[in-house]
Amino acid sequence: MKQEGILRHAATRLLGLIPTLLVLITIAFFLIRVAPGGPFDSEKALPPEIRANLDAKYHLDEPLLQQYFRYLGQIISGDFGPSFQYKDWSVNELIAQGFPVSATLGGLAMLLAFVIGSLVGIAAALRQNSAADYSIMGVAMLGISIPNFVVAPLLILGVAVYAGWLPAGGWDWSWQRMVLPVVTLALPVIAYIARLMRGSMIEVLHSNFIRTARAKGLPERVVIRRHALKPAILPVISYMGPATAALITGSVVIERIYSIPGLGSYFVQGALNRDYTLVMGVVVFYGVVIIVLNFIVDLLYAWLNPRIRYDETQ
Amino acid sequence: MSERTTPSVEDPFAQALAAADVPGRSLWTDASHRLLKNRAAVVSGIIMAVMVLLVVFGPMLLPWEPDFTDWDHTSSPPSLETGHWFGTDAVGRDLLVRTLEGGRISLLVGLVATLVSLAIGVTYGAVAGYYGGLTDRVMMRVVDIIYALPFMFFVILLMVVFGRHILLIFVAIGAVNWLDMARIVRGQTLSLKNMEFVEAARACGVDHNAIIRRHIIPNLLGVVMVYVTLTIPQVILVESFLSFLGLGVQEPMSSWGALVNDGAQDMESAPWTLVFPAVFLTVTLYCFNYIGDGMRDALDPKDRL
Amino acid sequence: MALLEVSGLEVRFDTPEGVVKAVNGMDFEVGEGETLAIVGESGAGKSQLVMAIMGLLAENGSASGVALFDGEDLMQMKPRELRGIRGRRIAMIFQDPMTSLNPYLTIEKQMIEVAMHHQGLARDEARAHAVEMLRAVRIPDPEERIRQYPHEYSGGMRQRVMIAIGLLCEPELLIADEPSTALDVTVQAQITELVGRLREQTRMSIILITHDLAAVAEVSDRIIVMYAGQMVETGTVDDIFYRPQHPYTRGLLASVPRLDRVSDDELQAIPGNPPNLLELPSGCPFRDRCSEATEGCRQPPPLWQGEGGRASRCVLPMDGGQIVAAEAVGEDGA
Repeated sequence: MKQEGILRHAATRLLGLIPTLLVLITIAFFLIRVAPGGPFDSEKALPPEIRANLDAKYHLDEPLLQQYFRYLGQIISGDFGPSFQYKDWSVNELIAQGFPVSATLGGLAMLLAFVIGSLVGIAAALRQNSAADYSIMGVAMLGISIPNFVVAPLLILGVAVYAGWLPAGGWDWSWQRMVLPVVTLALPVIAYIARLMRGSMIEVLHSNFIRTARAKGLPERVVIRRHALKPAILPVISYMGPATAALITGSVVIERIYSIPGLGSYFVQGALNRDYTLVMGVVVFYGVVIIVLNFIVDLLYAWLNPRIRYDETQ
Repeated sequence: MSERTTPSVEDPFAQALAAADVPGRSLWTDASHRLLKNRAAVVSGIIMAVMVLLVVFGPMLLPWEPDFTDWDHTSSPPSLETGHWFGTDAVGRDLLVRTLEGGRISLLVGLVATLVSLAIGVTYGAVAGYYGGLTDRVMMRVVDIIYALPFMFFVILLMVVFGRHILLIFVAIGAVNWLDMARIVRGQTLSLKNMEFVEAARACGVDHNAIIRRHIIPNLLGVVMVYVTLTIPQVILVESFLSFLGLGVQEPMSSWGALVNDGAQDMESAPWTLVFPAVFLTVTLYCFNYIGDGMRDALDPKDRL
Repeated sequence: MALLEVSGLEVRFDTPEGVVKAVNGMDFEVGEGETLAIVGESGAGKSQLVMAIMGLLAENGSASGVALFDGEDLMQMKPRELRGIRGRRIAMIFQDPMTSLNPYLTIEKQMIEVAMHHQGLARDEARAHAVEMLRAVRIPDPEERIRQYPHEYSGGMRQRVMIAIGLLCEPELLIADEPSTALDVTVQAQITELVGRLREQTRMSIILITHDLAAVAEVSDRIIVMYAGQMVETGTVDDIFYRPQHPYTRGLLASVPRLDRVSDDELQAIPGNPPNLLELPSGCPFRDRCSEATEGCRQPPPLWQGEGGRASRCVLPMDGGQIVAAEAVGEDGA
């Protein structure tokens, strides 16, 4: 019965993704096309015939609507077209190069944030209104407030330049080069999850069913682990969707600071060079990644919550 | 879990009457009382007041122009003797005056972009909540869809497409940041419209305008104020982020994000160029977050054992 | 010796508005196999009284006094000792069955953990025992239904499950805090009937807390009427129903529909609200709502005691009673 509920839940949500994707692609496409100045403006004074050739090659001479549907068709078949800037590369190849790096960074950061953030949040909740609680929450607030791009140079300065413990940047898939970027990326998410976890744990501990569990004479650690943990962690699970978006955004700046050849680096380079197809491709690709991950988080939530079917019929 | 004595909980009518009796002011006196007891929020408020004064009047009082190049002291460390208290950058510009000037831009962007998002969000949310029904469903579905989009990338896209003008920064950040506001205002409008105490007060013959003045506006205003306070740091962060990537404000204008970016380039030889703007930016974000948190707790004392 | 002897019990809550005096000096006993009903309006301190005995007060609450259970003082016990008694020797059922069960665990998990923890049963034995208990509280098809989640049960069924959980370890004392209040009227009757049946079939002592005097008439031996954290009158069911002494008890009775007396009188609610527990008046806390109040009610009322544990706290004399003490409560309370 539970499985059936989740399947139906999944199907509804899956259908709901289609308009989101369409809007994403449409906005990206038209924004780029209304942009003043084409991609070849920097290469000054091209002879008109070459210009026309280039336009024809990239279908820039067709009516806008035709271009739109062409692009839409392309994307549905999984093709983001050639890059304007990197002449010999297709956007797909660039994504295939950069994404594994970015995904590794993001995945590790998410894992770290989830584990550390939850533990810290629970620890604070169990000591509510104590000195330890206040200090943990003060540090967490600092974690939310310090931007990534401030933490990163400071970490490089302290850990890499002065102490010399870890390399300051670059990428070779070794753990030494992963530590600093992953930690930098995870810090604000750790802080956010800790605050979220503390709040929801405190709320759950005040609920009636926890009172029942205590009235049963169970030891406090059983009350927390068996009765309080799951409901308290649900808000954290649903935050993992927005957290993904935050990590992807964060990776753009982190990759730049640590000189990591990830998708974020390509994106910033593309944005500075007005590489339309690359920028649009990355935006759409990231949009899809975020939407898909949100969907997975949604299913995870439904799977963890036996009431989901019940609530939907309410 | 203290036991409440009056009015008896089983009686919604008595509750409604009690709620209608309370003058609209008491919500605010109560809330401001609680806010003033929150030490972190009060200290943050004082720091922010000082910060605003510094940023607005500081540059006028300093002997340096933000774009003046002191060739005798390039990349010189903080010192009282040279008169460059925060040191200078690689081309000899005074860092203190640049940090304060950059703060003007950062705070201005924070304020203006928040107002833009406020205007869009309140209008959108109030319309959806007020009309309800199909209008509401369609409008909120649109918000849901936009919610799932990677909004930072859209800001970057807007900057790439339309150039990096300061006005555009206001609009671009504001235009993608109104979704929360729309949701909150819509939810409030909807729930206030149907709230039992409003019904009850109306049934008791309480004046319609009095209901709006005493209950709807204070309730709505409170949430909006909290949201505004929490949006300002977000917006400042977005602007710094863009400027850090070189996609925000352009030279000779500067903001904290741009200064941090400059500082990060020279941090090995001149760490002060990184540290001072970074501290100003972080302190500002920290304080705004604490004020917003304090206001939320003061207006919605949910966990007040 | 009674199973539970409570004396001088007080409960206080620290709130931002001040100290709430929820329970102000309660003395009572529950004998073996006896059913004691504690009756009063919401806010009279009934729930906090039993919460204090169970050691389950909220963090801002504190209790003082003595609560001897089988000769041992529950108030002095270490948390660990108290946990050995909760759920095993004293079980408790709460008012709101909709939220008192964990929505994220199956009924099975919520039942077997008690039997496994307190009785050291293996999982299979605990499960068999749980099914047996569900059958005892008349849950149909218990082998199947034990695998379900609380949201798949109705409110009345959930309260039966709560009772079954309470009965798992065959406790000596069952505390039921408004077990039927949150339920439909017809379901209320079923739950009351179930409690009555348990009372007859087991030797368990029961404390039944309710605001509904009518509901306890058939299922209890003795009644304590509580007001503003104090006992105002106590006696057997017959004493309270047929020979009420205290004006508050009479007021409660007048607000209850009765089948045993045909009357044209309309049901009457007691006017006014219970006093603010932050600032209790120094005299009788009921005097502002009492139709028989006199100047003398500005002084703390005397406590009258009669035969068989009969007592009343009022300036009005009690039939066959003697004054034992005039206690002061409130601002200058003990």
